[in-house]
Order: sequence, then structure tokens, then C-alpha cells
Amino acid sequence: MNAAPPAGRLSAAPFPGPSVRATVVRGLLIAAALAYVGVLLLAPMGGIVFSVVHAGWDVVVSTLSAPDVVHAFLLTAIITGLVVAATTVMGVVTALTLARDSFPGLRLVDALIDLPFALSPVVVGLMAVLLFGSTGWFGPTLAAHGIHVLFALPSMVLVTAFIAVPFTIREVVPVLEASGTEEEEAARTLGASAWQVFRHITVPKLRWALAYGIALSAARSIGEVGAVLIVSGAIQGRTETATLFVYRAMENRQPGAAYVVSLCLAAVSVLLLTGIEALRRRHDRIREVA
Amino acid sequence: MSSAIRLEGITRRFGSFTAVEDVSFEAPSGSITALLGPSGSGKSTVLRIIAGLEVPDAGRVWIEGEEQTHGPVEHRRVGFVFQHYALFRHMTVRRNIAFGLKVGKVPKAQRDQRVDELLALTQLEGLADRYPDRLSGGQRQRVALARALAPRPRLLLLDEPFGALDARVRQELRTWLAELHRELGVTSLLVTHDQEEALELAQRIVVMNEGRVEQVGSPADVYSRPATPFVAGFVGAANVLSGTVISGHVQYGDALVAGADGLADGSPAVAYVRPHDLVLSPVQRSGASVPAQVESVTPLGAVARVRLRLDAMKTLTAELPPSQLDGIAPGSRVYIDLSRASVFAPGDGVSDELSPA
Repeated sequence: MNAAPPAGRLSAAPFPGPSVRATVVRGLLIAAALAYVGVLLLAPMGGIVFSVVHAGWDVVVSTLSAPDVVHAFLLTAIITGLVVAATTVMGVVTALTLARDSFPGLRLVDALIDLPFALSPVVVGLMAVLLFGSTGWFGPTLAAHGIHVLFALPSMVLVTAFIAVPFTIREVVPVLEASGTEEEEAARTLGASAWQVFRHITVPKLRWALAYGIALSAARSIGEVGAVLIVSGAIQGRTETATLFVYRAMENRQPGAAYVVSLCLAAVSVLLLTGIEALRRRHDRIREVA
Repeated sequence: MSSAIRLEGITRRFGSFTAVEDVSFEAPSGSITALLGPSGSGKSTVLRIIAGLEVPDAGRVWIEGEEQTHGPVEHRRVGFVFQHYALFRHMTVRRNIAFGLKVGKVPKAQRDQRVDELLALTQLEGLADRYPDRLSGGQRQRVALARALAPRPRLLLLDEPFGALDARVRQELRTWLAELHRELGVTSLLVTHDQEEALELAQRIVVMNEGRVEQVGSPADVYSRPATPFVAGFVGAANVLSGTVISGHVQYGDALVAGADGLADGSPAVAYVRPHDLVLSPVQRSGASVPAQVESVTPLGAVARVRLRLDAMKTLTAELPPSQLDGIAPGSRVYIDLSRASVFAPGDGVSDELSPA
């Protein structure tokens, strides 16, 4: 039997091509999508930009040169760097296990990976306090050895990493599952050691998934506030990250400073995501030409 | 001729499923050996065990006299060609072919020279800087072959190498592979479910079914002297006749077909006879003949296919050169000489009809 003719020619409709009703529905859907993105995503961004412009250049300069602000940015950068490094390395290891191994309880581990998506960061912060507080499970022992986790960098990295765990794994696992293991097997038969296979075959295969995972984990780490607020104590100039600074500036009625720092944070996140997308497009174009 | 590969009692289970059971055979050096069998017969698993991509649960593997049962894949020096090519997608054709040399620490100048050699050998010169996704299936498989050959492997293992290609490209590549093998003489093991491919390319055929070896022999042996009913049915088309044993013969109607020497009188037996081994004549010439009526004659070029009705239940198919069609037309009465049949005690998996060509 032959395939059915195109739907448009099947009916004896008075108008060839899409009907008026279809055009209207399509227009409405596009309008709804634009309104949704516009109201929820673009309007707040526009608001911040407007507020910064409104506050004036002096506020921008004075805010960005304040030692507290510089320290807050530095702390955010350190936490983000450590968290991204940890979640990328461990994310690839976990993703390889989930995609290529099988053991009893694998499904459970797979489901648990998404827990940080579902859990409020405040709860994550509380769990860390329970573990590392002065009456917690590990707190007293660690304190006896002079290691301070709570109200210090370790706990802030720990809770942020917990929250950023799923991103890399969720980007990498589908790529591993879709690409199979034949390329790796081919490389083995060609004489490559397990490490050479990982470095020359698996990692290049995963590079875009890793780039997206890194960008998303970094953006999430930069933006984290709830969990970090609870474990850090938000000590000004010591354990205050950029987002915590924004929080305090709003409390202290310094909206100008809050807007400036917010704009910087938003700009970094947007640059991260659009930058990777642009890199990938450029890479695909180069391959087309080759 | 020495053996490049020797397998002894190889068994591999996946959970409760036995993929390969007690498989032993040798592949002579410098030749193409085909592992022939239907899908799920365990032939790919055997190939992967030889490459070291799977470890057998029992049995031993020798490659060029060295025991390699548990040897690491990367030290076996075997080239492996996958059905779906398994090219490195992020590398150009040139870098794909150079990979084995690069991880083998071959100096850059020598590496480039060897890659150029292989590009010429596989007729891929113009495509060296392309990525695999810009190549046709046939081109991809040639890259895969060049990549496998580049580090000068001791063995070339081909897992259904033409299985994903269309019929025309498949035939072209098959002819080309035969020429390439004559030129290089690298010991090759070819896994295929296509009996024609095995008969055309291989000097030795290992027929497998349900994880076991059914027969090992030359293409002529396997085709003309099948050792088991499975081989008779799987390699080439065959007519199947069920009868009863009488003093070393199978009785089918009034015909007595020789070859049932080992079987007890009165036990059932099955005779397999190829369409071109049926001899038709207008008069009864031997005791191994049965009368039949011609139903149809279909000319197919070099041969004509003749449908013959024995009785209400049974038809046979014969293939004759057009020069022997005198006096054979629909409705004519003929005698069919069955003396070239192979006779077996009925085993599992024996079908009662003409097996597919």
C-alpha cells in the first residue's frame, strides 16, 4: 500500500494549505510562549538592569570597590571552583557506574541522585548542622582535632556540592547510554590502555555534556543562598558569599549595592550558558566545513 | 599450515543463558575462516572472546601458539571490525586510522606514512580529513578496516562487517575484501549469518547453532557433505523428506535411498537433498527414484526452478539448467532420483519443508 497523501491535499477544504483556525492557534501559542518567557525570565533581568542604571555609576564603583563585596565575590568564586571540580570528577565516575555497570540497588542510587532537586536547600543546610554542629555526629570529634566545618569554608563547599550533584550526572548519563561502548572496545583492540581509552575516547565523547554540566553546576553554585546561609552564619567579610551579601544589603536598605552585585551574578550565569551554546555551534560549523 | 587461533572447550554463560557451549576449533594462519550461523548462535560471542572483549567461563584460547585466555585486550594485537563500524566520531578519518599507531607510540613520521599507505589501500585518499558522519556506510566500513589493519594485527576479526550495508555495496565490499586478503594474507575470522558470504570468502567454515559447533570444514565439505541436519538445512537450500530406515536405506514411498547405515531398521530418518542435486528423468532409472508430476517451471536465467508434486501432501523443488528441460513441462510425469541425498536421524530443529535459500 502507498503512504497516505499529505493531509492538506486529502480533504476537499476550500483553502489549500493550513486553515485560518490553525494559523490563529499557532499565533496564540507563540504569543503565550513569548509572554511566559518574557514575564518570568526577561522582566526581572530587565528590572535589575534598569535599577542599576537608575542608581548611577557612583553606586556601581563604590559597591564593587568595597572590601566586603570583593571578599564576597572571591568566596563565591572559590566555592564555585571547588564544587565544580568535585561534582565534575565524581559526576563522571558516578555516571559511568550508572550507565555501564549493574549491581543490586543501582535503581535506588539512580533515584537518589535527584534528591537535591527535590529537597529545599534550607533542609540541606540543617542536615549539615546536624552532622557537623557542636552537638552533631561528627562535629565534636572534628573540633577536637582543630577542624572547623560549620561557619567556615568546608561546610559551605559541602552543602553547595550536595545541591550541585545531579547536574553533571544527568547530562552525562544519557550521552553514555546513547553512545554505547563499541568505540571504547574498538580502542581497546587497537592497543589503548584503559586510561588511554578514557582520555582519548570517553572524555571527548562527553565534552559537551560535561560543558553543560559544568555550566549548570557553576550557575547553581553561584546562586545558592539557603543552605549556605544556614551553615555559614553569613559573617560579614568572612563567610559572606555574593548572594548572602545581596541578602544583607536588602535587609540594610542598601538596594543600590544589592542590584549591582545581583547584576554581576546574573551576567556571569547568562554568559556561562550562552557561551557554551555559542562554542558548540561554532564547533559544529567547523565540522560541517571539514 | 599452522594454526593462528586455537579454541578449546570455550563456554560462556550470561546469567542462566548459555551463549557458547564447549566450542573448539582452529583457524589456519593466513586464511579466512568464517563463523557461520543464525543470529543468537553465539558466533559473535566467540569472536569477542578471541579479541578479549569477553572472558570465557571455561576453555582456553591460543593466538599464534600463546595462551591468551585471560590476556588483556590491548596486548593481543587483534584488529576488530564491528558491524556498526564503531568509528571515533570526534576524529577525522586520518586520526581514526592513526589511533592504534599513536597509542602504540609509533613516531609521527612513520605513523603518517602508514596511514597514507592504508588510505591508498582502502581507496579513501580524498576523504582523510572528513569526519565519520560525512561518509557513506561502505566508506565507513573501509575506514574501520583501515583502522584495524594499521597497527599490523596478528589477526583480523570481522563481526558481520557487511550486515548494515545495502545489497549492492555489500557485494562490492565482499569482492574487495577477498582481493585485499589475497594481497595482505592476514589471518581473518569472519562472523556472518549469510551462507553465501561464507562460501564466497572463506577457505574454512565453522557452522554454529545454539552456542555449539555443528561442523568445521572447507566450503565444499560443509555444502556437499553436511555433518548434521542443521548444516544441511542452513547452508544452501535443501528439500527435506522424512522416511523409515530399512537395512541401511531410507524408504520413501517405493524409493530406497542409501546412507542410513548407522540407523536401526524401522527408526525414522530424514533425507536432505539440494534442488540442483535432484535428477529428473522420464523413466525410472534407479531404486532411489520416486514418481512425481511437474507443477510449474520458472526460468531464473542460468537455472530453471521446477516444482514437483509427489503426492497430495508433498512437493519438492529442483533446479535444472535450461538445457535439461526437454520433456519437462507442467503436467508431465517424471521420476526423481534421490540418490544424492544426505540422510540423518531426525534431530531437533529439523523442519519438514524446504529450508530457505
